[in-house]
Amino acid sequence: MLLFIEQTLNGLQFGLLLFLLAAGLTLVFGIMDLVNLAHGSLYMLGAYFAATFTALTGHFIGGVVLALMATLLVGMAVEVIAMRRLYGRDHLDHVLGTFGLILFFNELVRLIWGPAGMNLTLPSWLNTSIELMPGVHYSMYRLSIIIVSLAVAISLYFVVMRTRIGMLIRAGASNREMIGALGINIKLLFTLVFGAGAALAGLAGLMQAAILTAQIGMGENILILAFVVIIIGGIGSIRGAFVASLLVGLIDTVGRAFLPDVLKLFLSNSAASTAGPALSSMLIYLVMAVILVARPEGLFPAANK
Amino acid sequence: MKTIFTVRNVLVFGLLAFLAVIPAYADVTGNTFIMTLFTRIVILAIAAVSLNLIMSYGGMVSFGHAAYLGIGGYAVGILAFEGINSGFVQWPVAMIACGLFALVTGALSLRTRGVYFIMITLAFAQMIYYVGVSLDRYGADDGLTIYKRSNFGSLINLSNKTTFYYVCLVTLFATMYLVWRLVNSRFGMVIQGARSNDRRMRAIGIPTFRYRLVCFVIAGMMCGLAGILLANQADFVSPATMHWTRSGDLIVMAVLGGMGSVIGPVVGAVALLVLEETLPHIIAVVGHFVTGLEMTAAREYWQLVLGPMLLLVVLYARGGIDGLLRGGRRD
Amino acid sequence: MKRTLLTAGAILALALSPAEAQNKTVKIGFVSTFSGPTAVIGNDMRNSFELALDHMGRKIGGLPVEVIYEDDGQKPDVGKQKTEKLIESDKVDFIVGYIWSNVLLASLKPVVDSKTFLVIANAGPSQIAGELCSPYVFSTSWQNDQTPQAVGEYMNQKGVKSVYLIGPNYAAGKDMLQGVAATFKGKVVGQDLTKWPDQLDFSAELSKARAAKPDAIFVFYPGAAGVQFLNQYVQAGLKGQIPLYTAFTIDELSLPRQKDLALGIPGAQQWVNDLPFDQNKKFVADFKKKYNSSPSFYGAQSYDAAQLINSAVTAVKGDLSKKDAMRDEMRKANFPSVRGPFKYGNNHVPIQNFYLQDVVKTADGSLGLKTVATIVKDSQDRHHTKCPMKW
Repeated sequence: MLLFIEQTLNGLQFGLLLFLLAAGLTLVFGIMDLVNLAHGSLYMLGAYFAATFTALTGHFIGGVVLALMATLLVGMAVEVIAMRRLYGRDHLDHVLGTFGLILFFNELVRLIWGPAGMNLTLPSWLNTSIELMPGVHYSMYRLSIIIVSLAVAISLYFVVMRTRIGMLIRAGASNREMIGALGINIKLLFTLVFGAGAALAGLAGLMQAAILTAQIGMGENILILAFVVIIIGGIGSIRGAFVASLLVGLIDTVGRAFLPDVLKLFLSNSAASTAGPALSSMLIYLVMAVILVARPEGLFPAANK
Repeated sequence: MKTIFTVRNVLVFGLLAFLAVIPAYADVTGNTFIMTLFTRIVILAIAAVSLNLIMSYGGMVSFGHAAYLGIGGYAVGILAFEGINSGFVQWPVAMIACGLFALVTGALSLRTRGVYFIMITLAFAQMIYYVGVSLDRYGADDGLTIYKRSNFGSLINLSNKTTFYYVCLVTLFATMYLVWRLVNSRFGMVIQGARSNDRRMRAIGIPTFRYRLVCFVIAGMMCGLAGILLANQADFVSPATMHWTRSGDLIVMAVLGGMGSVIGPVVGAVALLVLEETLPHIIAVVGHFVTGLEMTAAREYWQLVLGPMLLLVVLYARGGIDGLLRGGRRD
Repeated sequence: MKRTLLTAGAILALALSPAEAQNKTVKIGFVSTFSGPTAVIGNDMRNSFELALDHMGRKIGGLPVEVIYEDDGQKPDVGKQKTEKLIESDKVDFIVGYIWSNVLLASLKPVVDSKTFLVIANAGPSQIAGELCSPYVFSTSWQNDQTPQAVGEYMNQKGVKSVYLIGPNYAAGKDMLQGVAATFKGKVVGQDLTKWPDQLDFSAELSKARAAKPDAIFVFYPGAAGVQFLNQYVQAGLKGQIPLYTAFTIDELSLPRQKDLALGIPGAQQWVNDLPFDQNKKFVADFKKKYNSSPSFYGAQSYDAAQLINSAVTAVKGDLSKKDAMRDEMRKANFPSVRGPFKYGNNHVPIQNFYLQDVVKTADGSLGLKTVATIVKDSQDRHHTKCPMKW
């Protein structure tokens, strides 16, 4: 039971991290109708920036803030230089173009930082574990990821639901032509939304950097999961992305933790220990397929386009 | 009546002729690797052509097409592992397996549209990928070495490199011909009609779902054929064959080459794979020429050049390379 | 248009044509990973191989040498294609390298079919030590089981009663976990095989390991994954609670990023940088001088691979057609290995010592690896009986 609580926390942490990545992706997709495979590259840049700036400044929080601003700037620059020209194009053009960007960013990172990857060193107050309740030890750092991500999710919800800019974003997600007709500076809005999405991806990346280290290509695998999340949630829906990312995070972690043991009840030991990991990695795709068969537009489809 | 001797047509026929004489070139120069390389290119071109059938004519963008490469390959590999080497058994079994997988996943996937379709096909491919990873008896992640290629008795000897190359090339031409016939038939009209306006097609009484499903199955079986050939060429099959990045490669080939035609994906496959092989050398040579320095270290950064090249093709060449050759510019 | 086409054709022909055949050059193909996160390993191997050539005066057996490095991208099919290119297009005399078992297994067939000598500088799948052994294939590393078996022995010596095993779900990972279980006398209370190389978050596995309350945890995570695992092990607060034993997880390549987290975590290896052999001192000192970093065991194995090839070519006085004579010479392992003298088993896998290495603070304050003890002497892999080769 205690183990189950701990694994649920692990799943929650992973899910919230996915949400940060998926939020930007779903907004860009919903508003600009852009399939951005290079979103994972921004996640990677966030990790590298954080590792570099914390090492340079010798200050953890300061480095993190600098890294966030740097990712925001890179994101806006990418939007102005490349993405802007892709709006209104076919989705497949987006796939090819942003795939090209992935290759470019991966190699650029290798050129600048070398192939070895970097480790983001945590201050000692984060590099420890705390006892949440008797018998449940939890990593302080993972706990702070949960807290930060929840805070970001709540403020994002507030911005989208309660502010003027949020209103525009929601309007854009459900009817793109509409905001143009309202006389809004669309170009600027798009650049801001893209930059904000980039910063969220960067935040996810830099938080992962202390766990997974900053690595070339770290964005690609998690990007697929982020796409799974926004598809399950329904494109353009922040609420959907939130629910779906928690779902995916929990299923992935809890599945990995308990499925092999469950299988052992039915299969031989060795068969279970090979089938277990394979099945649990398959689980989220299975869930996605089932959800899409039942609800072809995801759990929370955005209003009609 | 326009002339058929356009730059594009001359180049396309030049490419096809070039593919046909590769074994002779390899023979003359003694460099058999170029044939090994182009055998692989031709096989992946078959896969890209089959993807193009559903993607550009049917509007069904599958992000899981590499699954068929794997299913076809594993069917050959597993049968060979269990001692059944006859190609007369292996090939039909492999294609039927691909057809069944396409039928089941297609029937479920075609309920969705657009990006949802992209992702649900990815989901099915990922499931098959993880099935491959868990096949302990057949090597799991390590893959399965195939010690004997498919045996067609005295009919064809696939172990001969030149013969095998021509088998692949003939298969490619046959696939292209089949796709061309399909899209220009009534069946093809329905498929293309359903892409642009499914509701209208159904309103005039055509059961588009069935047509699209059949199209999806045909493409899956064609790609399965590529998988069979790929496994025979590599003497090896592993889950990596059906990783999602491989499906992405196939999309990139088709889009890069140009989706509006049957030949486009072939151009894309040749362009992408030849670039992958030669770009490092080109960078070193050009870099040396421009700077006068030894640029061998720069070779490893070829993707730094390839990436923006792909982006530029998207931005400035409507319809990929083939579109560019037709003189189509972005409007 | 025509001209661009011609130019393109010329570049293509240039790029694909075999390098002009030179008489009396030893051509060596080197397949390793030079892109992606594990390129660090490939670079270390390449650097050590180059250093060995420097030490030999850029000559092998008195002949000039040409090395062609190819990147396998850590993918079996790419590795196989590069191997075929080296054999068919470059027509190399020797092939060296291979970090990964799955890449090696995929590439084996073209090598053996063409009777090209293969010197494996890292990967050690059980098949190649057993039923797939070949007269043309030699290893300068180990068989996958040997190192974890040594760790298992060491845990017995330390009185560990129960262990939890974690490793990646690919061939070497499974070999490693089985290797520990083969020699460890206590109880294996649990085992996790994680998705490789995609899964880098081990929170679920660490939680399970903690809940199983073992005396020790054993892990195998090569390359960058070793840094990631150690990060999470420390963050979970397990360091100081449940001791960690490792194979191929802490080395000179990962240590600069693991830093203090790795202090006091033991591992087993057939080579450590401070082994007291003359050739080793020369290798380590010159490596530090030339590349300003410490060599790893991957590098040591590559350095030995160059020496092994040199011994064979020297024995036949540069006549590369005498393959049988070269093979017989290589079987003698007649060169000053940086790990100290060793013998070859019937399957061409070294019979060698394994040492306990520990992470310590060196005099200048940086971290280094140090030999603490010899765990096993003259260890031979347990698959050699399945190899039909006798000599």
